[in-house]
Amino acid sequence: MPLGNLASLSHFLPELAVTATILLLVVTHVVGKSRQSAAPALLSLAGVGAALLLTALQPSAPGKLLFEGMVALDGFAVFFKALTALATIVVIFMSMESAELADRSQAEYYIFLLSVLLGMFLLSASTDIVMLYLSLELVSIPSYLLAGYLKGEGKSTEAATKYVVFGATASGVMIYGLSLLFGLTGTTHLGEIGRALALGKATTPMFLAAVMVAVGFGYKIAAVPFHMWSPDVYEGAPTPITAFLSVGPKAAGFAILVRFFYTVFASPDAASGAWKLSSSVDWTVLFAVLSAVTMSVGNLVAINQTNVKRLLAYSSIAHAGYMLMGFVLLTPDGIKAILFYLVVYLFMNLGAFYVVILVANATRSEDIADYSGLGTRAPFAAVSFAIFLFALTGIPPFSGFIGKVYLFAEVINRGVYWLALVAAINSVVSLYYYARIIKVMFLEDPKDKSEIAVPAFPRAVLCLLAVPTLVLGVYWEPVIRVAANSVKMLVF
Amino acid sequence: MGFIDSHILSLMTFLPLAGGAVILCLPKGNDNLVKIIAAVASFFPIPLAARLWFAFDQTVGGVNVANQFQFVEHYSWIPSINVEYFMGADGISMPMLVLTALISFLAVIGSWEINKQIKGYMALLLLLETGMMGVFASLDFFLFYVFWEVMLLPMYFLIGIWGGPRKEYAAIKFFLYTLLGSVLMLLVILALYFNTTNPETGGHTFNMLHYMTQSVHNAWLKDFDVRILLFLGLFIGFAIKVPLFPFHTWLPDAHVEAPTAISVILAGILLKMGTYGLMRISFPIFPDVTVWFAVPMAILGVINIVYGALCAMAQSDLKKMVAYSSVSHMGFCLLGMAALTPAGMVGASFQMFSHGMITSMLFFLVGVVYDRAHHRDIDGFGGLGAVVPVYTFFVAVAFFASLGLPGFSGFVAEAMVFIGSFPVFRTIVIVAASGIIIVAAFHLWALQRVFLGPLNPKYAQLEEINAREIFCLAPLALLTLYFGVNPMPVLNLMSTSLLKLVDVVKMVI
Repeated sequence: MPLGNLASLSHFLPELAVTATILLLVVTHVVGKSRQSAAPALLSLAGVGAALLLTALQPSAPGKLLFEGMVALDGFAVFFKALTALATIVVIFMSMESAELADRSQAEYYIFLLSVLLGMFLLSASTDIVMLYLSLELVSIPSYLLAGYLKGEGKSTEAATKYVVFGATASGVMIYGLSLLFGLTGTTHLGEIGRALALGKATTPMFLAAVMVAVGFGYKIAAVPFHMWSPDVYEGAPTPITAFLSVGPKAAGFAILVRFFYTVFASPDAASGAWKLSSSVDWTVLFAVLSAVTMSVGNLVAINQTNVKRLLAYSSIAHAGYMLMGFVLLTPDGIKAILFYLVVYLFMNLGAFYVVILVANATRSEDIADYSGLGTRAPFAAVSFAIFLFALTGIPPFSGFIGKVYLFAEVINRGVYWLALVAAINSVVSLYYYARIIKVMFLEDPKDKSEIAVPAFPRAVLCLLAVPTLVLGVYWEPVIRVAANSVKMLVF
Repeated sequence: MGFIDSHILSLMTFLPLAGGAVILCLPKGNDNLVKIIAAVASFFPIPLAARLWFAFDQTVGGVNVANQFQFVEHYSWIPSINVEYFMGADGISMPMLVLTALISFLAVIGSWEINKQIKGYMALLLLLETGMMGVFASLDFFLFYVFWEVMLLPMYFLIGIWGGPRKEYAAIKFFLYTLLGSVLMLLVILALYFNTTNPETGGHTFNMLHYMTQSVHNAWLKDFDVRILLFLGLFIGFAIKVPLFPFHTWLPDAHVEAPTAISVILAGILLKMGTYGLMRISFPIFPDVTVWFAVPMAILGVINIVYGALCAMAQSDLKKMVAYSSVSHMGFCLLGMAALTPAGMVGASFQMFSHGMITSMLFFLVGVVYDRAHHRDIDGFGGLGAVVPVYTFFVAVAFFASLGLPGFSGFVAEAMVFIGSFPVFRTIVIVAASGIIIVAAFHLWALQRVFLGPLNPKYAQLEEINAREIFCLAPLALLTLYFGVNPMPVLNLMSTSLLKLVDVVKMVI
C-alpha cells in the first residue's frame, strides 16, 4: 500500500537534506560577497554528507512505496543513493582543487551539482513513468549547464551544445516510448504497466516502446550507439564534471535501466530466484549484443586517443559495456555483479580523473605526451594513477579485477560464453591503451623535469580512493554482501 | 619452530613482499641499505626452502589428494564464493619452490650494480618473487590466478624501466601476450567453478584438487568437446608462458631487452610456470583430454626443440641465442610430459629444475660480458679465452651443461626425457634427437667465435669476472655439476608425486 504524501516525508530525509542545501546555496549566492569563497563547497559537503548519513540510517527493509506510488524506498534505491552521494562528495573534493574552476562562480556550480544529485536520488527510486521522466530531466539539465561551465572556452561551450542536442533527442525518443506504454496499458505506474503487458499480445508496439525507452537510458549510460556525445562532452567539460558524469549519472542510469526493464518486461520467478521475461519482448538478446558492441567500440576507439580525458571517456564507454553483461542475465547475481562493479568503478575512475586534475593544474595540459616522466616528477600521483589504471584494466590484486570476475562469472554461469569471450579479449585490448599512459609516465624520460608538488589534501583524497581500490582487490566480502542485499528491488 | 613450520609456505611467499614494503618506506638516498634489505629479504626463503626440503616426506604423492599435501595452510578467504587461502607442497612443486628461492636471491645479488631508481627496482623484484612463490605454492585456483597475474606488473616495469633500447616494445608485448593467456585461463576457471561441486559441502569451489575428482564434474563438463575447449583454453595460457611455438615471439624481445637479473628470473623461473601449470592443473583435471592431446603436445615439443635450436644458431646477439636456447630446452619438458610415462614425466620435471639453473648461469654470463663490452655481438669478440680465463671457464661450464654434456644435470634430464618418450613416439623422438646436435652446434660455434681464435685487440684489456659475479655463478655451477653426477636427491624429491600424476592421467585409458 503506497504511503500518502505527508506520511512519506519522514522516509524522504536524504532528498530533503539535499533540497535544503540547494536552497541554502541559493541564499549564500545572493548574500555572499565573494564569488570565489570556499563557503559553498563546504556547505555542499556538509549537505551531501548529511544526506549520505541519512541514507545509511534509512531502514530499507521492508520496502515502501512513497508519495502515492511515485518513488520506492527499497534496498536498491538506498544503494544507489549512497553510491551517488559518495561520488558527489569526491567530486566536491575535486572541484575544490581544480584550477579550471577556481575563478568561476562557486555557489552556482554547487547548486547545479547538487541538483543533479537530487535528480539521481529520485531517478534510481522512480516507480512511475512521470516521475522517471522528470527526474531524468533533473539529472540532465543541470548536467548541460555544468558541462558548459567554463564559459568563454570553446571546447566547453561545444560540449554543452552537443550535450543538449543529443540529450534532447534521446529524451524525446524516450518520452515517445513512454507514451506508447501509457497508450498500451492506460497507467503510468511501472508495476501495473508490467502486469498489463504480461497479459497483452501487442508485440510490435511493445518492442518499439522498449527500444525507444532503451534509447533514453542508453544515452545516460553512454552505451553504443548512443555514446556519440560522451567523448566531446567529457573532453570539453571541466574535469571534475567529466569525472562526475562518468560515475554518478551513469550509475543512476544503470539503476533506472535495471528497475524499469525488470519491473516492466520481466517478473520474478519465485521458484528459481531469477527473473523471467513476462512479455514477448526479448530484450535480453538485444542488450547482450549492445553490451558486446559497447565494450568493443569503447576499447578500440580508445587506442588512438592522445588526450587523456578523451581516452578515459572511451574507457568509460567500454566499462558501461562490461556492466551491461550483468544486466542481460535476468538473475539477482547479475545485478549484484553490476552493483559491485559500480562500487569499485567509482573509486578507480574518480581516482584516475583526480590525478588528471592534479596534473592539469600543474601543466595546464591533458595530452598523454605531457605525462612523460610523471613517475619521477610526481611519484605519488603517478603510482596512484598506475593503480587506478591497472584496476580499470582488471588486473589483480586490484578491485577492478574482482568486479570483472563477478560479471564474467555470471555470464559463464548462464552459458553466454560468446559474451564472456568478447569481454575477455576486450580486457586485453584495454591493457594496451591504459599501459600506454603508464609507459609514458614511467618508461619515458620527462620533457620537463620540474617536480610537480602534490599538497597534503589531494594526497589524502588520493589515498582515500587508492586504498579501497587495493583493499577491495584483496578482501571484498563485506561489499559484495551489501551488494547482494541491495538487489532486493521492490516489486509490487 | 612451530609457527615457522606451520606457515612455512606463507613465509616464503610473503617475506620478500614485506622486504619490498620496508624498502618503499625508506627515505631517498639509502641505496646501499636498500640493496642490503633486498638481499636479506630474498635470502630468508633459502633456509626456509632447505627446511622444506629436509622436512619433506618423499613417500607421499599429493597431486590430487588433499591430505597428502605437506606444509598445508588452509583458511577461508571469501566465504560467499568459497575462495580459499589454500597452500601446500608436493613433489611437483617442491623443486620449483627451492629453485625460486635460490634464483631470486642470486638475482638480487646480480642486480647489485644497478643504480637507476634502485628503490623501485628492488621493491618490484621482491614483489615478483612473492608472485612466483605464490604460484608454486597455491592449491586454490583463484589464489593461483591472483599470484599468476601479480607477477605481470613487476615484470612489465622491470623490463620497461630498466631494460635495453627497445624496452617499451618488449615490455608491452610481454604484458599483452601473457594477459591474453591469462584471461582465457580465467574463463576456464570460472567454467570449472560453476560446473563442479565440492563433495564435502555441496557448494561451488575454487579448490583445484576437487576439480581433479572427475565425479564432481557435472554433465556439461563431462562432454568431451567441452573438455577439449577448456583444456585448450588452459593450454594456450600455459603455452604462452613456456613459451611454445607459435606463442614464443614475445620471449626473444623480452629477454634481449630485460636487464640481466630479470632475464635470469624470466628464463630460470617464469618459463617453468607454463609447464608447471600443465602438470599441476591441466593434466590431472583433464586426464582424458591429456591423453587425446599427447601427440600434438609431443609434436609442439619437438618443434620447440628443433626450431628453437635453429633460431639460436642463426643469432648474432649472444643474449638472443641464449633466449632461443631456452625455447629449445623447454621443448624437452613438453616432450617428456607428453609421453605420460614415469621416466618422461620425471625427466621433464628434472629438466625444469636443471634448466632453471643452467639458463640462469648463461644469462648471468651474458650480463658479465655486456657490462664490460657494452655489446653482445658474437662476431664482435674473438680470442677472449686468453684475456679472461676465469670467465671463459665459467662460460665453458655453462655451455657444456646447456648442450647436455654427461656429468651435468641437463644430460640426466634430457636422457630421461628420451628414455621416457622413445617407446611412445618413436619418429618424433628421433627428430628431437637431431635437435640435440643443433643445440651442441650453436653452443660450440658461439664458444669458438667468442673465446677462441685470434684476439680482438679491442678487448685486450677486458676486465676479469669479479667476486660478486662469481658468487652468483659458483653455486649454480656446483649444483649443476653435483646433480649431474648424483641426481637422486632431486629425483627422490619429486618422483613419488610424478609417478602418481602419471597414474592419475592414465587411469582413464
